[in-house]
Amino acid sequence: MNTKRKAGNGPQGISRSIRIWMTQHARAFISSIGNLFKNPIGNIFSTTVIGVALALPAGFYLLLDNAEEVIKSWEGNIQIAVYLQSNASDERAMVLKNELSNLNTIESITLITKEQALEEYKILSGFAEALDSLEENPLPSMLLIQPKIDTFAGQEGEDLLNQLGAIPEVESAQLDRQWVKRLIVILNILERAAIVLATLLSVAVLLIVGNTIRLSIINKRTEIEINKLFGATNAFIQRPFLYTGLIFGLCGSLISWFLLLISTLIMQEPINQLATLYNSDFSLQGLKFSEILILLISGGTLGLIGSWVAVGRHLKDMEPQ
Amino acid sequence: MIQFTEVFKRYASGKEAIKRLNLNVEQGAMVFVTGRSGAGKTTLLRLIALIERHTRGQIIVNSQNLERVKGNRIPLFRRNIGFMFQDHRLLNDRTVFDNVALPMVVAGYSYQETRKRVHAALDKVGLLTVEKSYPPSLSGGAQQRVGIARAVVHHPALLLADEPTGNLDPALSWESMKLFEQFNQVGVTVLIASHDLEMIRKLKKPIITLKTGKLLTVNTGVDPDE
Repeated sequence: MNTKRKAGNGPQGISRSIRIWMTQHARAFISSIGNLFKNPIGNIFSTTVIGVALALPAGFYLLLDNAEEVIKSWEGNIQIAVYLQSNASDERAMVLKNELSNLNTIESITLITKEQALEEYKILSGFAEALDSLEENPLPSMLLIQPKIDTFAGQEGEDLLNQLGAIPEVESAQLDRQWVKRLIVILNILERAAIVLATLLSVAVLLIVGNTIRLSIINKRTEIEINKLFGATNAFIQRPFLYTGLIFGLCGSLISWFLLLISTLIMQEPINQLATLYNSDFSLQGLKFSEILILLISGGTLGLIGSWVAVGRHLKDMEPQ
Repeated sequence: MIQFTEVFKRYASGKEAIKRLNLNVEQGAMVFVTGRSGAGKTTLLRLIALIERHTRGQIIVNSQNLERVKGNRIPLFRRNIGFMFQDHRLLNDRTVFDNVALPMVVAGYSYQETRKRVHAALDKVGLLTVEKSYPPSLSGGAQQRVGIARAVVHHPALLLADEPTGNLDPALSWESMKLFEQFNQVGVTVLIASHDLEMIRKLKKPIITLKTGKLLTVNTGVDPDE
């Protein structure tokens, strides 16, 4: 009665149990790959859906990333044009320039004297002779102010503009390209939209993976029951399904990367043309290595969570009949 | 090996499948359980394998009190048991080899060990040549023997068989019984539920007869004339 037969309990020992653990994981991995190949069409379909679902937020992100890149290059050109009263002298303008340079919201200031302004106007307008006939230079001095980029988009930019307008000698202070500022705000809104989209589509990926795993659990009911009857632990039963979920997520990420790669290639040429028209050397940026890694990790994690939920819900009550 | 003391099994529907059952199966014995359908044969096996829990009384299997075998210990407990079914319960999308290997894989044996044991088990039931075939391509008798190989491949201490010969003709049934007898001779305790009284009497083994969940008779299997 008391003689228990060890053989039936499986191999013993710590190093052996580590080896068993590794063997079991390798088996689960191989079996989940094998199962994926048993239903290739359905699985390609599911993986592609996951890929598209991941590609949408990733593509949106890429678009924003590139837009920010473009705006950064514009921000370098954003200037506040400060026109002084026409009776203010160049000397007074010089003093003002030195005073303003101390402000920490200002990157640099260029003074355009009345003379310089006139010269420039002569060249650009073609009215050189007519202007020569004028007794007095009608043009005001002007300060071109380059604001610090990080202060530009926010309230500080607005404050700076008001501050400059309040100086008595200043006729007017105008922000060059007000619309860039608006664009930045719009991009901020789009960034939020991208987060919302990514969240919604992550839920979609969870549901797709969860449902696929649920179906495969139901299909394998007999197998699960027999495994349990012969002493399979829950972990043993779960493992192949978790691997399947992980593989779905990773393959989906790869597909979404591939989709983005193709999209970038398609867009590249017209964007290059546009950039040339704007005298810019801008070119469309694809995903960086670290971003691809993040995409893979997010996809894999979503797949794993999706299968985890499905496994938790459907395997618990599956006892041998 | 198996000891039932005042065991009851009542289903949620109120039906009592086992009523005040006392029985004792010695280590190394080969015992038949018989009775009409509905007598509680299958329930008895399911209680022993912890597929179901008894509602009252005490069951001791392989020196373990089944009430103390909690959820996460059940898998280890079951690895000491081999199962056989009337409907074979083979996986049709797996080869004969993979089907027989299942209890070994579940217990985490290495591939080398698994292959050795699977080949030994298949050799024992005379099916070594079809290890790469799929169960549906085999005859009923051969599928039955694949089931037997699977039930013993992991060297269980206890073999439970539920109507193992139900679908077989008398000659094949006799062969299967002889196989069970061979396993029993090397020390495996064997418990077989069967209604084929005519055949099991010929084996001269103890026969437990159940009637509506109660123990009717225990026949020692020894003919009084001998």
